[in-house]
Amino acid sequence: MTPGKPVQGRPVQSPLAYQARRIGGKLALGFSVVVLLAPCLFVFFWMLSLALKYDIDNTAYPPVFIPNPPTFDNFVHVFNESPMGLYFWNSCIVSGLATLAALVLGVPAGYGIAKARAHSLAVVMLISRMTPGLSYLIPLFTLFQFIGLVGTIWPIAITHMVITLPIVVWVMIGFFETLPAELEEAARIDGCSVWQAFLYVALPLARPGIVVGAILSFIYSWNNFIFGAVFAGRTTRTMPVAVYNMLTFEQYQWGPLAAAAIVVMLPVVVLTVVIQREIVAGLAAGGVK
Amino acid sequence: MAAQTDGIVNAEPAKRPPSYRPPRYLSFIVPGLIATLAVIVFPWLFTVWMSFHEWKIGGSRHWVGVQNYVTLAGNQRFLEAIIHTFYFTALAVILPLVLGTFAAVVFHRNFPLRGVLRTVFIMPMMATPVAIALVWTMMFHPQLGVLNYLLSLVGLPPSEWVFAKHTVIPSLVLVEIWHWTPFVMIIVLGGLAALPSEPYESALIDGATPWQMFRHITFPLVLPFLVVAGIIRTIDALKAFETIYVISNGGPGTASETINIYLYLQAFAYYNVGDASAVVVVFFGIIVALSLVLLYVRQRAKWT
Repeated sequence: MTPGKPVQGRPVQSPLAYQARRIGGKLALGFSVVVLLAPCLFVFFWMLSLALKYDIDNTAYPPVFIPNPPTFDNFVHVFNESPMGLYFWNSCIVSGLATLAALVLGVPAGYGIAKARAHSLAVVMLISRMTPGLSYLIPLFTLFQFIGLVGTIWPIAITHMVITLPIVVWVMIGFFETLPAELEEAARIDGCSVWQAFLYVALPLARPGIVVGAILSFIYSWNNFIFGAVFAGRTTRTMPVAVYNMLTFEQYQWGPLAAAAIVVMLPVVVLTVVIQREIVAGLAAGGVK
Repeated sequence: MAAQTDGIVNAEPAKRPPSYRPPRYLSFIVPGLIATLAVIVFPWLFTVWMSFHEWKIGGSRHWVGVQNYVTLAGNQRFLEAIIHTFYFTALAVILPLVLGTFAAVVFHRNFPLRGVLRTVFIMPMMATPVAIALVWTMMFHPQLGVLNYLLSLVGLPPSEWVFAKHTVIPSLVLVEIWHWTPFVMIIVLGGLAALPSEPYESALIDGATPWQMFRHITFPLVLPFLVVAGIIRTIDALKAFETIYVISNGGPGTASETINIYLYLQAFAYYNVGDASAVVVVFFGIIVALSLVLLYVRQRAKWT
């Protein structure tokens, strides 16, 4: 053991006491990390464990932790017993359309709000985030019922814009505010219109922000349950709705339930890993969840 | 410090020549604004209008004035739902705030694999709520669930979790904590990253303990971030839906029925859109009132 050098300015301590404190601090840090991560890891581990076990092991007490032997029957069951492929596709369409529409409308809006410093408009977006999703649903349900669209995929995709649009606008406001204004001003002096400066100068620079906004809004649209639950018909269910329906029919078939839960979350997990750096970088600080 | 933590206006524009006219950005904002207003303002006006009617979907509709609100004020089940909502919200805001701050302090330190472990830690807030709720439903099972087994390993008696009146809301809060502690962590981590290092250096010289440094330097400096996290958490906890709906569906009895669950049942199980609209209006009033209180707290937190 080499005695640690006291950091400059630290009150003088014996090297041994300092070393002990350092090791103690490291242990406490390690312990804290384990305590923080354990619940998170355990829930995901248990999900995987349930999905890979036969039902006889899933309902055993004391519980079986490690699947032995592991089985993929539950996944096969999920795809055979229900049109899970169709529901997966529905979710892709709904979240894809809602995200696309949010980008088309939200990226210019974010640019405009950032450039004009129109923060009161940003608050409008914030209000839409504050409002419970259910409160949009009653009038919209009545409206779509009247038009005769309930049961088709359209009302789901349209209402998902309630989720995707504010996310894209918030992310883009934050992003465009950090872009230096000089480049667009140069383009303007060269005779570009405001829209041309936006399209050819600001937009290419904002590509990373657009990717993050798109992925975040896709994830939160994908995860949404309530809009689909109210508007979907038998063939237009989104993934979360389909998985919830399995719960009501297969109360005690835990293996297939857990397998279905994993299938819903797979795209989200992949996308989260892709943008985890940006999420931690504080995009959430803008109120995007 | 106020300007520093504000984070909205980063740099004031440089001085312009007097002839410079700022370009107009209205055309950028209008389409997005129209879409937002269409999906927000239209439903709003429509909801208020509906709340003055007795109206069943597929049935008749007639004007009843404020009758829906009067009935609501005397509705025992609705008043209990408000209490459940506040109870759930208080726990689901305070506990993630405490744990999330702790997590942020930990993840602000340097240790091996920090990046990977941080990604693992934020996974819950991105995970599909319905899927997670399903897994917790299975874990909460009183006879076969893994949670009671884990309790028995450390010598604790089994719990009824979501199947008993007095434990159902704390159990649901547990899921909420699991889901949203990472969110608080991320916001506070952003605050920690912006901290100056000088106060810590002088505190070290004066021989401060780590707890003293947290209490007197870190905590006051990240307080504005904590308040922001608190506001967002409050709004989200008030409108929590999936966790409660999937795991307990308001039960047992109506023990975990929050305003949002009550609203859903009124509207989409009983199709009483008139009554449900009145609930929405009251609910939104509560959310706005609480948000304003918290914004006021935020302003004060900035100046002290």
